[in-house]
Amino acid sequence: MEALFFWIFAIGLVGGAVSVVLNRNPVASALSLVATFVILAALFVTLEAFFLAVVQIIVYAGAVMVLFLFIIMLLDLKAEAARPFPWGKALLVSLISLLFAFFFHRVLQSLPTGGLVLQWNTGGGVADAKNVGMLLFQKYLLPFEATAVLLLVATLGVVILSRRSDK
Amino acid sequence: MNWIILLSPLVAAVLAGLVFRAHKSVAVGLSIAACTVSFAASAWVFFYPGSLPFTSVDWIKVGSLHVTIGGISDPLSNLMLLIVTGVGLLIHIFSVGYMKEDPSVSRFFAKLSFFMFSMLGIVLADNLVMMFIFWELVGLASYLLIGFWFQRPSAADAAKKAFIVNRVGDFGFMIGILTVWALWGTVDFHQLQVLVAGGTGPLGTKADWLILAGIGLFMGCVGKSAQFPLHVWLPDAMEGPTPVSALIHAATMVAAGVYMLARVFFILELKGEVLTVIAWTGTVTAVFAALIALQQNDIKRILAYSTLSQLGYMVAAVGMGAVSAGMFHLATHAFFKALLFLAAGSVIHAMHHEQDIWAMGGLRKKMPVTFATFGVATLALTGFPFLFAGFYSKEAILVAAFGANRAIFAVLLFTAGLTAFYMFRLFVVAFFGSPRGAAATHAHESPLVMVVPLVFLAVLSTVGGFLPIPQYLEGAAGHGHGAHGNVVMCLSIAAFVVAAGAGIWLYRDRTHDPVRVLIFRNKFYSDEIYEWFLVRPQDALARAASWFDQWIIGGLMVRGTAALATFSGEVLRLFQGGNLQAYVVLFILGVAYLCYWILIRPFP
Amino acid sequence: MNALTEITLNHYLALSGILFMTGAAGVMMRRNILVIYMCLELMLNAANLALVAFSRFNTQPLLEGHIMVFFIITVAAAEVSVGLALIVSLYRLRQTTNVNDLTSLKF
Repeated sequence: MEALFFWIFAIGLVGGAVSVVLNRNPVASALSLVATFVILAALFVTLEAFFLAVVQIIVYAGAVMVLFLFIIMLLDLKAEAARPFPWGKALLVSLISLLFAFFFHRVLQSLPTGGLVLQWNTGGGVADAKNVGMLLFQKYLLPFEATAVLLLVATLGVVILSRRSDK
Repeated sequence: MNWIILLSPLVAAVLAGLVFRAHKSVAVGLSIAACTVSFAASAWVFFYPGSLPFTSVDWIKVGSLHVTIGGISDPLSNLMLLIVTGVGLLIHIFSVGYMKEDPSVSRFFAKLSFFMFSMLGIVLADNLVMMFIFWELVGLASYLLIGFWFQRPSAADAAKKAFIVNRVGDFGFMIGILTVWALWGTVDFHQLQVLVAGGTGPLGTKADWLILAGIGLFMGCVGKSAQFPLHVWLPDAMEGPTPVSALIHAATMVAAGVYMLARVFFILELKGEVLTVIAWTGTVTAVFAALIALQQNDIKRILAYSTLSQLGYMVAAVGMGAVSAGMFHLATHAFFKALLFLAAGSVIHAMHHEQDIWAMGGLRKKMPVTFATFGVATLALTGFPFLFAGFYSKEAILVAAFGANRAIFAVLLFTAGLTAFYMFRLFVVAFFGSPRGAAATHAHESPLVMVVPLVFLAVLSTVGGFLPIPQYLEGAAGHGHGAHGNVVMCLSIAAFVVAAGAGIWLYRDRTHDPVRVLIFRNKFYSDEIYEWFLVRPQDALARAASWFDQWIIGGLMVRGTAALATFSGEVLRLFQGGNLQAYVVLFILGVAYLCYWILIRPFP
Repeated sequence: MNALTEITLNHYLALSGILFMTGAAGVMMRRNILVIYMCLELMLNAANLALVAFSRFNTQPLLEGHIMVFFIITVAAAEVSVGLALIVSLYRLRQTTNVNDLTSLKF
C-alpha cells in the first residue's frame, strides 16, 4: 500500500517537474508547477507530515503560484518562439546532471538505512499538528517571531519596489 | 715597403669601384697602373731578393693561437708573384680592348684589381690563416667576376655554383688548418717547417691526425683547383668575360691550389698515403677532363677542360714528390693557357660573341696574328718537342711519374696524347677550312691593344721552357734528366705525333663533328649526378624544414599560443559576461566540486 | 523486488535529488526569467522533501525537519513576492524577459 502510493506520486512528481522545465508556454509551465506542488503535498502525507502537506497547498500552491500566474498574465508573456535545439547547452546540462547523479549514488550507497521502512500507523491518528505546534511555539519561538518580521519587511519591500518612479 | 705589391691593387679597386665609377678612363688607368706597380715591385724583389723585407703585424693572439699578417719572400713566392703580376698585367691591357663597349667597364676593372689584391695575398701569406682569408677573398673575386654579366641567369647561377663548390673544398681546408694547429700549435709556415723537421708535435705522431691534416689541406686544393670531384664549377665559370677566364681560371687562381700544396708540401710528405691520394686525384682529373674535352664544341669549354686536365698534371706531380716540376708546369701553363684564352677572346670578339667552333672556320686568313699566336700556344700546350715551353714542363712531370709510379705514368702519357688530339681538333676546325657562317666570313683582326699582349705571351710560351725554373726553386742543385729521361722523351714525342696526326687527319675540312661519344659530350653526367644525389636531397630537406617551420613552429607554437590565449580569454569571458545562466552553471560546478571534496574524497 | 515494495529513506532522497536536478536543468536551460524563477522554486521544494523524509525515518520521533520546512516555505513565499516585484520593475525598464538580454551584472 505505502509502496503503491509512493510510486504513483513519485512518477507524477517527476512528470510534473519535467513538464515545468520543458513547456514553451509559461502559463503551462506555471500550471505544471501547481500540479507538482500538489503531488508533493501528497508525498508529505505519505510521510505522515499532515500539517506540512496542508501548509504546502495553502501557501505554495495557493498563494505563491497564484502570484506567479498573476505576474505572467500582467506581463502578458507569450509562448516562446520555436528555436533550434540548443545542443551545446543540453550536452553541458546533461553532463552536470550525470555528475550529480553519480554523487547522489555514492552518497546513498554509503548511507545506512537502518532497516527503516515506511509503515503507516493505521490505528488512531498521529497528533502531527499538535506536536509541530508545541515545538514551534516553545523551542523555536524566536525564529518564528523573526520570520514574522521578515514577512513584514518583505511586504514593505514589495510595496516600495512596485512604486512608479514618477511618484 | 714590400707591402706595396699587395696594397696597390687594393687601392685601385677601392677607388675604381667606389669613387671613379662614372669616369671610365680614370678607373681603367688606375687599375692598370696599380698592376704595373705591383709587377715592378715583384720584379725588383725577384732580382734583388731580401732587399725589401716584409714587416709582420700581430693580428690575433688568443691563448696559443698566434696569427700575424705578414709576407713571405722565398723563391717559391717570388716566382709566383712574377707570374701573377706579369700575366695579370698583360691581361689587364688586353681587357681594355675587349671590354671597350661594355657599359660597366669601371666595375670590371675594380673587380679585377680586387682579384689581384686577393691573389697576391695568397702568394704572400706567411701563415695558414692569412692564406685562408685571402683564399676566401679570391673565391669572392671569382664569384664577382664570373657573375659580371649578372643580368644573365646562367652567369649568376654559374657564379653561385663556383662559390658553393669552392666552399666545400674550403671546409676541408679549414679542418686541415685546425688539425695542423692542433698538432703543432702554430700556423706560421716558418715555425711549422722548423717544428716538423725537428720531430713530433704536442699531439704525437698519431697517424690519423697527420693524414687528416694532409687530406684536409688537400681539400682546399681540390676545391680551388677544380680537381675531381669538385671540378664541376670550372666549365660553368666560362660564363664570365674571356679575360676573366684567362686570368682567373687558367693562369692564377686555379693555380693557387697547386701553390698552396707546394707551400705545405713538408706537411704532406709526412704520410705516404696522403701523397698517393693527391697523385691519383690529379691523374684521374687529368684523364677525365681530357676525355670530356674531346667532344666539346664551345671554344671556351674545350679550353676549360684543358685547364682541368693540366691542373691534374700539376697536382699529380706534387703527389709524386716532384714539386718543382709541378710549379714549372704551373708557370708555363700560365703563359700558354692565358694566351689561348686571350686568343680565343680575340676570336670571340671578332665573331661577335659566337663561341661554337663549328660556326667558325678559315680564320687563319682573316685573323693572322691571332692565328699565329693561337698556334704557338697550341704547340706549347700539346708539348711540341724542344721548341716550346710545354714540352719541357710536361716532360719533367712525366719523368717523375715514370720513376715513381708506372701506372700513373701510363695514364698521364695517354692523356698527353688526348691533349694533342683535342687541341688540334680545335685548331683545325676553328682556323682552317672555309668559313662556316656569316660571322666567320666577316671576321677581322682585333685591335692592337688586344693583339700586343697575345704576342708577348706567345714569346713567353716559347722561351719559357728554357727558363731554369726548377733549378731556381730547388736552389743550386737541380736534377737533370736522368737515366729514364730519354725513354720518356721518346715516348712522349711519339704520343704527340700520333695523336696530333690523328686529330688533324680526322677533322680536316669538316662541317660537323664525325665522332659522337655521348658520355664524353655530356661530361660523364657529373652535373646530373650531383643534381640527383646532392641537390635533390637538399631540396627535400629544405622543403621539410620549411614545412616544419611553417606548421610546427609557425602554426603550433606561434599561432597555437595565440590561439591558446584567445581560447582562455573566451573561457574567462564567461565569468564576467553578465550572462546569468553562465553564472548559474559556474555556480553549480563549484557546488559539484564542493560535493566531491566533502562527500567523495576519501578522508585520510 | 525489495526496493520496489519496501520504501526506505533512500527512495525519498533519490526522488528529492531527481527533483533538484530537474530544477537546476531548468534554471540553466530556459531563457524566460519567470520560468527560471519557477524552476528555482522547484529546487527549494526538493530540499523540503528531503528534510521531511529525514525527520520521518528516525528511530525516535523527530520533528525538527518539519519546523525547518515550515520556515523554508515561509521565507520562500516572502522571497517570491519580492523577486516578482523585482522582475516586474525590470520588465518595465527593459521590456524583455529574455535572460540573455539582461546582462548588466558585470564588472
